[in-house]
Amino acid sequence: MIATLEQNWKLPLSTTRPVVACLDRVSKSYGTVTALHDITFRLQAGELVAVLGPNGAGKTTMIRILLGLAHASHGTARLFSSDPENREARTRVGAMLQVGKVPETLLVHEHIDLFSSYYPNPLPISETMSIAGVKEIANKKFGDLSGGQRQRVLFALAICGDPDLLFLDEPTVGLDVEARRMLWAEIRKMISRGKTVLLTTHYLEEADALADRVVVINRGSVIAEGSPADIKRQAAGRRIRCVSSLDVAVVRRVAGVVEVRQDREALEIRATEAEPVIRELLARDQHLSGLEVTSAGLEDAFLALTRNDDTNRNSEVTR
Amino acid sequence: MSAIAPAIHAIAVRRPLTRTVVVYWKEAKYEFLKLLRIPMYSASVLLFPLMFYVLFGLAFGGQQIDGVRQSAYLLATYGTFGVMGASLFGTGASMAAERGLGWMQVKRASPMPPFAYFGAKIAVSVVFSSLVVVLLTILGLLFGGVHMAPLSIARLLATLIAGCIPFCTLGLVVGYFAGPNSAPATINLIYLPMSFCSGLWVPYLFLPKFVKQIAQVLPSYHLSQMALGVVGAGRNESSFWHCGIMLAFTVLCLGAARLGFRRDEGRLYG
Repeated sequence: MIATLEQNWKLPLSTTRPVVACLDRVSKSYGTVTALHDITFRLQAGELVAVLGPNGAGKTTMIRILLGLAHASHGTARLFSSDPENREARTRVGAMLQVGKVPETLLVHEHIDLFSSYYPNPLPISETMSIAGVKEIANKKFGDLSGGQRQRVLFALAICGDPDLLFLDEPTVGLDVEARRMLWAEIRKMISRGKTVLLTTHYLEEADALADRVVVINRGSVIAEGSPADIKRQAAGRRIRCVSSLDVAVVRRVAGVVEVRQDREALEIRATEAEPVIRELLARDQHLSGLEVTSAGLEDAFLALTRNDDTNRNSEVTR
Repeated sequence: MSAIAPAIHAIAVRRPLTRTVVVYWKEAKYEFLKLLRIPMYSASVLLFPLMFYVLFGLAFGGQQIDGVRQSAYLLATYGTFGVMGASLFGTGASMAAERGLGWMQVKRASPMPPFAYFGAKIAVSVVFSSLVVVLLTILGLLFGGVHMAPLSIARLLATLIAGCIPFCTLGLVVGYFAGPNSAPATINLIYLPMSFCSGLWVPYLFLPKFVKQIAQVLPSYHLSQMALGVVGAGRNESSFWHCGIMLAFTVLCLGAARLGFRRDEGRLYG
């Protein structure tokens, strides 16, 4: 399992596209808490990368370092080949960050007007508003907007400067399905306009729907990297469900089985490939019944990856 | 691998001066609109000093204190009080909220020049301070029987409005070191005792001796004494002395605010 993941780390990246942002062996600690541990990461022009991880995995810290809002404790961060704290680099970057409170008494078009003025070549305000879908709420106070509308305004502020690189930190958190899909469509439009996007999310569906490449991080370390399909294939494979008299411990020893769980009278098996496992099971148990084979979702992949990572660490501790 | 991949270099984009002026102007304009639309701020900052002045300055305006009409004396002291409130709340309270709840992060992630942000807070505090002082003066002239030559009126306004600077810088310190929700309470804890100790409510003459000693280090005492000097009251100390203390206080606050600014660079909000 770990071996396959290691291969995955070394996935050949396209070397033809220019690198727009990168982290080189970056660690970040806040006091005794390590938020990032030896992260190496690069973002190439025109790609949409999703950084996937549970809450507290270090996703926001990664973005903060790339934006120059926090210093790396070790290692270097580059944004357009310069120090992220360099203000010149920021004129080419837009960011949608998680924010507790936005000034509520300003109107939507006023917020956009102000942020547009920060950039050397902003989009016309009407264009920003139509891309972000905020035209009809332009004259509303920010405080009077719904959650989905607020996120769209923050998106508008991120894109108003016509940046080449867009950081989106959990852009759809707290949105309903419809609002989320609308924002996804906007994000795809940015890619079709030739922009580069770095997105953090803990919605696996989101990474699957949008990203060219997924970087899974947990507890501040990269634990897997690849296309959404790679991640699914490598980590989860197939899910097999059947009713069998075989013992869980016996099934666990079958080659290709990753995980076995007893679910009432049935066995839930996760395997890298379904066919050899099924062949083996049928050979051992003539009375096996209720066979179902499904492809595991990215959700399972993610759970499997983070769980493997955790068990790994725990065993390191006990050693 | 990094050797193979070509890298895009940041093109140095210098903002032409005219655009910089536009950024500063818009930042200040929207800061003003933002605060004006918060009744908690605009009403309390304007109304409290005016209300106190009507109650104590106009209703008992005919009495004499320190050789001048009470309405003239209190015009100077409530003017100081109004300037303090507008400046501390205008810079400190809004900054603490924006800093603590993540909005400042969004601004910092953008190419906004950082001084536009602080400049806007200070500019708006100056505007609100001017409003308070002008309204107080109009009340005093029309209803308080205050008689002043136009030049003296101009001097009084200029003194009080310029006097908002030490309080704006104190506001920056509060903005950096107070929590987003506790900032207004913190400001009241600073501002109300400071007003009392400087003789803004009870004239300095009647303050106990140890309070008078405290007053010597408070910028509000020195500002009020300069304003009182213009209306013909006060202790006639040297203006250089008053300005010197206020300047020292301002420099001290700027130093503390800078500490907060630097501390924030490596800090996590959530």
